[in-house]
Amino acid sequence: MPSTLSPRTDPAAAPPVVPAAEDTVAFADPPTLGRRPALAADRDATPTLARRVRALLGRVLRSSIVLVLFLALWEVAPRVGLVDAVFLPPLSRVLDAFGTLASSGELALHLGASLSRAGTGFAIAVLAAIPLGVAIGWYERVSDVLSPFLELFRNTAALALLPVFILILGIGETSKIALVVYACTFPVLLTTISAVRSVDPLLVKSARSLGLSSLRLFQKVVLPAAVPTVFTGVRMAGASSILVLIAAEMVGAKAGLGYLITYTQFNFQIEKMYAGIIAIALVGVSVNGVLLALERHFSRWRTASS
Amino acid sequence: MPTPKLRFDHVHKDFTVRDDTRGRGARTLFTALDDFTLDVPAGELLTVVGPSGCGKSTLLDLLAGLTQPSSGAILLDGQPLTGPGLDRGVVFQQYALLPWRTARANVELGLEAKGLSRARRSEISGRYLDLVGLSGFEQRYPHELSGGMKQRVAIARALAFEPEVLLMDEPFAALDAQTRETLQDELLRIWRATGTTIVFITHGIDEALYLGQRVAVMSPRPGRLRTVIDVDLDRSRSDDIRSDPEFGRLRHRVWTELHSPAGTPDEAETDLLPLHATLEPARA
Repeated sequence: MPSTLSPRTDPAAAPPVVPAAEDTVAFADPPTLGRRPALAADRDATPTLARRVRALLGRVLRSSIVLVLFLALWEVAPRVGLVDAVFLPPLSRVLDAFGTLASSGELALHLGASLSRAGTGFAIAVLAAIPLGVAIGWYERVSDVLSPFLELFRNTAALALLPVFILILGIGETSKIALVVYACTFPVLLTTISAVRSVDPLLVKSARSLGLSSLRLFQKVVLPAAVPTVFTGVRMAGASSILVLIAAEMVGAKAGLGYLITYTQFNFQIEKMYAGIIAIALVGVSVNGVLLALERHFSRWRTASS
Repeated sequence: MPTPKLRFDHVHKDFTVRDDTRGRGARTLFTALDDFTLDVPAGELLTVVGPSGCGKSTLLDLLAGLTQPSSGAILLDGQPLTGPGLDRGVVFQQYALLPWRTARANVELGLEAKGLSRARRSEISGRYLDLVGLSGFEQRYPHELSGGMKQRVAIARALAFEPEVLLMDEPFAALDAQTRETLQDELLRIWRATGTTIVFITHGIDEALYLGQRVAVMSPRPGRLRTVIDVDLDRSRSDDIRSDPEFGRLRHRVWTELHSPAGTPDEAETDLLPLHATLEPARA
């Protein structure tokens, strides 16, 4: 086995492991020197490679089969008349509309508007909620005072407050960004509080026994320990920032993906409406992907191996 | 007699605890440690053994400076302890390693607190990881190390900033029997190599006798020092000191001290005698 396996992993090491009897032949006939192990390797590697490709295909198939079936149904159902093609155009036509929106720059305009609002609100919320959460989590007194208040607002759906935001802040950018800030604050705040509270007391005790100052203790123990949990909240906030923003844009806006969807619906540009929905789905998936990658980066010690 | 490295001078520690038997919200004073007096000379490996509730952990917290005695004082080189500091290193039972730091970075934690340069830290952490037998594992994260290896990292971390006294709180209790024996031998080797004064808390009689030059036996409720037993075993004579008849005799003595009920004349006698003196109680 080694004589057939090693050529594949390290071609340079192949000749020495060829059995002694063949050795002389190999040296007597130099052209076979390189070929023989390569052939042996090919014979042996082919099934492994094929198996690996098959395994990969299997995995891709398993994870995408339902999606593919769904998209196929979307394409076929309107065409065979299962649903009214006016209200649900086939996927291909929707993708056409998506292409038109993208090439005309219209999509970029709405996407830009939505992303800048969501991004601004999200950033404000994260920057404010993490320090606040750390303070609340660390000082039990603060937590006792604030918890019931936070609990109440956390359980009030952000969209229920949309009219209030519009009344007070007007229909412009401010009210939409404020709504995103509101919706993003709670997941980040609450996970930060619990992250700081659930830092292993033994780690704190052990760091204290080294005589670390409170600031150092925070910097070296509490914050790094809290990061993974905090990130869960940040990811939840990312999802809800898009969610509430789209809804807010549907109510009153002059640009943005939410506006695009309602506008095209009112004007009966159904293909464009679906294209807008697809754009939102893609934005959601990418935002989550980016945040997930960031989370992995910040907590890579959990899985890292050298 | 020179100043002892560590002196416990009538150390007393009370806690207020909730006592629901006396009505809601009632509080009583609970004595965790009662009039604890003991001297530990420099370079000694003292083991403290006792059942749970005898104040071992309180003793360690006091030594580490994490709490203050209600009365009495603990003196390190004649100076009363006022808080935590790098003159004492602590090794906990559950390792207490920072999971997001590599073995090396964990060892460097105390050195960072000391304010050493990166190069110095790296040099020292390498040396101490080598001392505990972990060369080549510097870049491993705690979750990639076995329990024994984690505890080695913790020992290296506590030794790296060169404390005057090393405090160990049942450090090997969570390890399997074989790893524990290996680490006990390692600890003795490290102790001989560094000459650090060690206070080692355990609930195992064998461990206390195997490691300690003296064994402080404690009794519970309230936590008191019952007696201190000299372990004068000839360690050079036998490889397997645990099966030495003298080891068995000492073991029985500690066992008897631990199991004689509180409030017997035995205890009254202990109370009267200077507690840092070695007692010679009648063999049971």
